[in-house]
Amino acid sequence: MFSRLAEVLRSLGHRIIDRVWRLGAGARFFIYTLIYSGESFKRIHLTIREIYFTGVLSLIIVLVSAFFVGMVLALQGYNTLQKYGSSEAIGVLVALSLVRELGPVVTALLFAGRAGTAITAEIGLMKATEQLAAMEMMAVSPIARVVAPRFWAGVISMPLLAALFSMVGILGGYLVAVPLIGVDEGAFWSQMQASVDFREDIVNGVIKSTVFGVACTMIALFEGFDAPPTAEGVSRATTRTVVNSSLAVLGLDFVLTSFMISA
Amino acid sequence: MERRTIDLWVGVFAAAGIAALLGLAMKVGNLTASDIGETYTVTAAFENIGGLKPRAPIKSAGVVVGRIKHITFDTSRYEALVTMELDKRYAFPKDTFANIYTAGLLGEQYIGLEAGGEEDVLKNGDEITQTQDAVVLEKMISQFLYNKASETPTETKKE
Repeated sequence: MFSRLAEVLRSLGHRIIDRVWRLGAGARFFIYTLIYSGESFKRIHLTIREIYFTGVLSLIIVLVSAFFVGMVLALQGYNTLQKYGSSEAIGVLVALSLVRELGPVVTALLFAGRAGTAITAEIGLMKATEQLAAMEMMAVSPIARVVAPRFWAGVISMPLLAALFSMVGILGGYLVAVPLIGVDEGAFWSQMQASVDFREDIVNGVIKSTVFGVACTMIALFEGFDAPPTAEGVSRATTRTVVNSSLAVLGLDFVLTSFMISA
Repeated sequence: MERRTIDLWVGVFAAAGIAALLGLAMKVGNLTASDIGETYTVTAAFENIGGLKPRAPIKSAGVVVGRIKHITFDTSRYEALVTMELDKRYAFPKDTFANIYTAGLLGEQYIGLEAGGEEDVLKNGDEITQTQDAVVLEKMISQFLYNKASETPTETKKE
């Protein structure tokens, strides 16, 4: 009886220690990435190349989703707003929900699925095929050569992608609201401009997406770097990247929003 | 892929992203609308400002002529002291009337200025003496009910 209880407690303790260890390893990994960043900036084309793979190649999925999200927002918003006779406020609704919340969050979720998984799988496979070990043998730091460029590429790409998401989403909302439903065009834009604040809404959205960029890219890189060097290990690490990034984005979103609203 | 092509695509991506940010700031946000050039400051005291907030617009004849800088409570008079910044291009007479209005039925509150007839104009640091408070809906309703109750019910007697 007691031995079984002890067994349960032992496995619980093991899991907690494992989690804390991984958290510490992740933090160390983050610090090392920052330290080696300077070295990797000397060869900036590595970062530019990674911006191409994480940012440019994510454009299509981000823009298409943004367009549909904007259109759905306008449809749903109009449906509710016209009950209160204020269908002109639809521009405000679409713009504020995109710039404040949906732009940064949905972009980050899509980014985790599109670019984060690619990063994890690539680094995990590099580790499994001992490319990282080979680099170390040649006195090339794999963090400076492989990790830091990908990290900065993600951090730079995310705010740009989120801004494009918001802009295209507003365009989609405009297309549904003005030509399709027939909301007055002047009221659509002027009410939007009257209630979207540059500092409070747009800058806060950029801050959010930058933080999400750090979180998503860091999680993807660490999971790849930490993956067991087997086919199964890499596949599990890829799954964990998506799950952990999504949870981190949604959790951080709540924390950031509560700080931004109370300030 | 060749490096030149990658550079090109990344350049296009970065330019599009920055353009989107600028577009958000200019077309969606109100970055362009808030530039009132040089300003001068005047104050006005109100007994009740209702829901008036700093940065709310000051309008005259419906045109935005300034913004509220800050609102403080004046303990010498127990009144709200509203400090506003008005555009230098617009001068108002000394006997200008300052009212607190509400945009629409439930909209935000703003200060409306109605110019008086005096020749002297308001200068930096002057105070607008003629003010009208915000309309408080509860007060209006209670006044209305009070008036209704005090009316003698003559019509019911006839029946």
